[in-house]
Amino acid sequence: MSEDIKTFTISVYTENNIGLLNRISAIFQRRHINIESLTTSQSEIDGVNRFVIVVNITETNAIKIVKQIEKQVETIRAYYHTDEETIFMESGMFKIKSDLLFDEPQIQNIIKESYARIVTVNKEFFVLEKSGRRNEIESLRRDLNVFGIMQFVRSGRIAVTKDEMKVTEMLTAFNNQ
Amino acid sequence: MKTQTANKTEVAEKTQRISGSEAIVRSLMAEGVDILYGYPGGAIMPVYDELYKFQDKIHHVLTRHEQGAAHAAQGYARISGKVGVAMATSGPGATNLITGIADAQIDSTPLVCITGQVFSHLLGSDAFQETDIVGISTPVTKWNCQVTKAEDIPAALAKAFYIAKSGRPGPVLVDITKDAQVSELDFKYEKCTGVRSYYPIPKTSQESISAAAELINNAKKPMIVWGQGVILGQAEEELKTVIEKAGIPSAWTILGASALPTTHPLNIGMVGMHGNYAPNKLTNECDVLIAIGMRFDDRVTGKLDTYAKQAKIIHFDIDPAEIDKNVKTDVAVLGDSKESLTMLADALNENSHESWLQEFKDLYAIEFEKVIKGDLHPTKEGLTMGEVLKQINIESKGNAAIVSDVGQHQMIACRYADFNVSKSNITSGGLGTMGFALPAAIGAKMAAPEREVVAIIGDGGYQMNIQELGTIFQQKTAVKIVVLNNEFLGMVRQWQQLFFDKRYASTEMTNPNFVAIAEGYYIKARKVTKRDELEEAVKEMMASKESYFLEVCVEKEDNVFPMIPAGASVSDVRLS
Repeated sequence: MSEDIKTFTISVYTENNIGLLNRISAIFQRRHINIESLTTSQSEIDGVNRFVIVVNITETNAIKIVKQIEKQVETIRAYYHTDEETIFMESGMFKIKSDLLFDEPQIQNIIKESYARIVTVNKEFFVLEKSGRRNEIESLRRDLNVFGIMQFVRSGRIAVTKDEMKVTEMLTAFNNQ
Repeated sequence: MKTQTANKTEVAEKTQRISGSEAIVRSLMAEGVDILYGYPGGAIMPVYDELYKFQDKIHHVLTRHEQGAAHAAQGYARISGKVGVAMATSGPGATNLITGIADAQIDSTPLVCITGQVFSHLLGSDAFQETDIVGISTPVTKWNCQVTKAEDIPAALAKAFYIAKSGRPGPVLVDITKDAQVSELDFKYEKCTGVRSYYPIPKTSQESISAAAELINNAKKPMIVWGQGVILGQAEEELKTVIEKAGIPSAWTILGASALPTTHPLNIGMVGMHGNYAPNKLTNECDVLIAIGMRFDDRVTGKLDTYAKQAKIIHFDIDPAEIDKNVKTDVAVLGDSKESLTMLADALNENSHESWLQEFKDLYAIEFEKVIKGDLHPTKEGLTMGEVLKQINIESKGNAAIVSDVGQHQMIACRYADFNVSKSNITSGGLGTMGFALPAAIGAKMAAPEREVVAIIGDGGYQMNIQELGTIFQQKTAVKIVVLNNEFLGMVRQWQQLFFDKRYASTEMTNPNFVAIAEGYYIKARKVTKRDELEEAVKEMMASKESYFLEVCVEKEDNVFPMIPAGASVSDVRLS
C-alpha cells in the first residue's frame, strides 16, 4: 500500500541570513525530492524571510521534510499545506511583437478575456502580465503561442494560508523571555 | 524603546580595543576553552600569533593533519561533555576538517571549528587557498557562518558555542576572513543564551509521560534500547532508576555504551548488526519497546518492515525530527533525557519481569556457546581480537576509556569491553570513519588525563591517521595504542567472504614494521604474535606511565558474529 503523492506548499519563516537557502535546498536534494518552485521574500514581519516551496511528495515525507527544515537553527517555523488550505498564485510575463496587436485583432480579445495586464508597449514589442493559477497562465500561453511569443517567463508559486500562522506570537514570546 | 535582537546574551567584561585575532583567542578563553587542536597556515596566522602570546592560558595542540585536529577535538568532547575546538587555515586546511565535522554531525558531538579565510575583498576571486568552506560544510554542520568584520567576531563565536552545546549537540563552523582578523574592534564578550529561531529543548509534556508510563506499567515484555542521548543529557542515573524501578531488560546502541555499567544485571547488551543475540532476537518479541535518545539507525533496525512490528513503540528524544523518521512511534516523548526520565521514573510502578529476563539469559547462553566462548577463550592457535579485549578488561578493571576505530576490532571492542564509567566508549558510530581512533584518543587523554585511555585500532584504520603518532610524541600524551593486526581490512574481507564469494578485492594489506614506526616516534612499542606473550604485554602496556604501542597479530580471517546481514530482519541475526 503506497501513499498518494500530492502537491504540498511548504512555507518557511526564517532569519534573513546568507547560506540558509543552501541549507534548506540541501534538505530536498539529499532526499532526491524535486523542488517544483521556490520563492523567497520578506514576510509580514520585519527582518523575517518567508520561503514558499512547492513539492510533489507524500504527506509522510512532507511531515519529515518540515521537521528537518525546522531543525535548522535559523528556521523560525515551517509548515506544509495542501492546495485546498492555501490561496496561491503565480505570475507570467509575455513579450510579444507590437505589430501583432494590429495585424492579429484576435490578440486584443485574448488579452481582454484573460484579464491579462499590459505592462508596457513600444514600437517593437509589448509586455503582458498575467497572475493567477497555473492553468490560466498556461492557457494564455497556448493562445498566444499561435501568434508567436518573443519571451515567456513564469514565477514560482506564492501562497498565503487560510489558517493563521502564529510566527509573530512566537517571536514576541522570545523577546519577552 | 526595546530593540528587537535575534540573540539573547549575557554581558561580561568591559570594552577593550583589540585586533580580531586577539578577540578570537579571548572569546575562546571566555568560553572556558583550555585546549584546542589545529594546524597553522596563511589565512589563520594572525590568530596563531595571538595563541603564541596567550600560550600560558590556552594550549594549542599541533596535530599532524587537520583531520587529526577535528577527531582530537571530538575525542576531547566525547569524554568530557565539553565543546571540542579545532582550528585550520583556509582552503585545504579547512577541507581537511570536513570528515571530522561530518562525523561529529552524525554522532551529535559538540565542536566549534574555526577556519581562516582569504581577505574579504578576494572572496569569489579564486584566490590562493580560497575555498567556499561555508558552502562545503553546510550539509555537515549544525550551523555555520562567515565573519568578514572584526566587530562581528565575539557574537559569532558566542553563538557558535551556544549552538554547538545546546539541545542536540553538533559541530559548528565559523569562517573568519583575514581582514577581520587583522582589523580592530571594541571587544566585549557576551555569552549567547538564546537564539530566537532556535528551540534547543522541547518541553516534555506530562501527557506523553503518562501515556508512556501506562504502556510500560501494563507491559509483560518491555524492553529498553538506549542511545547516546542518555549520555549527552547526563541522564545515566535517571536511566538506571527507570530500569531498576520497572525491572526492564535494557540494551544499548553502540554510542549508548557505558551509560549503564556492563555488569548491571538488567544490561542485556548491544543491539545492531553485530550486537548481542538476545536483544536483537527479542526486539521482535517484546510488547513495548522504549527507545531513549537513539535514532533507529539502519545498523540498529535491520529491515524496517520487520522491525518490532508486534510492539508498541515509545520514543524519547530531544530532536523532534527523529520522531517517526524511521520507526513509527505510538508515544513520542520530547525533551531533555534527564528531565523526561525523571518524570517517567515518578510515573512508573515498581515491577520485575523475571521470566522475560530469563529469555535474554537463555539466548545469551546460546551466544556464549557459539560465539563468545571462542572469542574470549579460544582453543585454536591464532590469537583472537576478543582475548585481547578480555586481557585489557582484566588490567583496566573496566575503568578505561576505550577509543575504537572502525571495523571488526571496533565491533569486538564494543561487544567485549567492560565499562564501569559513562563516556568511556569513544568510537565513530554513524559515519564509520576509519582513522578516527588515534587522534580521538589524543583528545580524550588530554581532556581526562587522570583516566586510562586505550585506543583499539585495526591495521587499516591505523594507517589512515598514523601521522598523529607525531602529536603523541610531541605532546607526551600517555595514550595506549593497541593495533589488532590481521593484515586485512577485516570487515570488508568478512563481507567479501560471506557475500562476494571470497573475492578478496583490495582488502589484503602488506604492512610495514609498526613497532619500528612507533619507535621512530620514540614511543615504547611491542609486538605480540603468541598467546603466552599476551598477558604480560598487556600488563606492561597498562602499567606504562607514558604512551605505549602494542601490536597484536591476530588470526587473519576471523569473522565477527553475531551478524544481521544488511537488509535482513533483527530476528534473523546469525551466529555463524
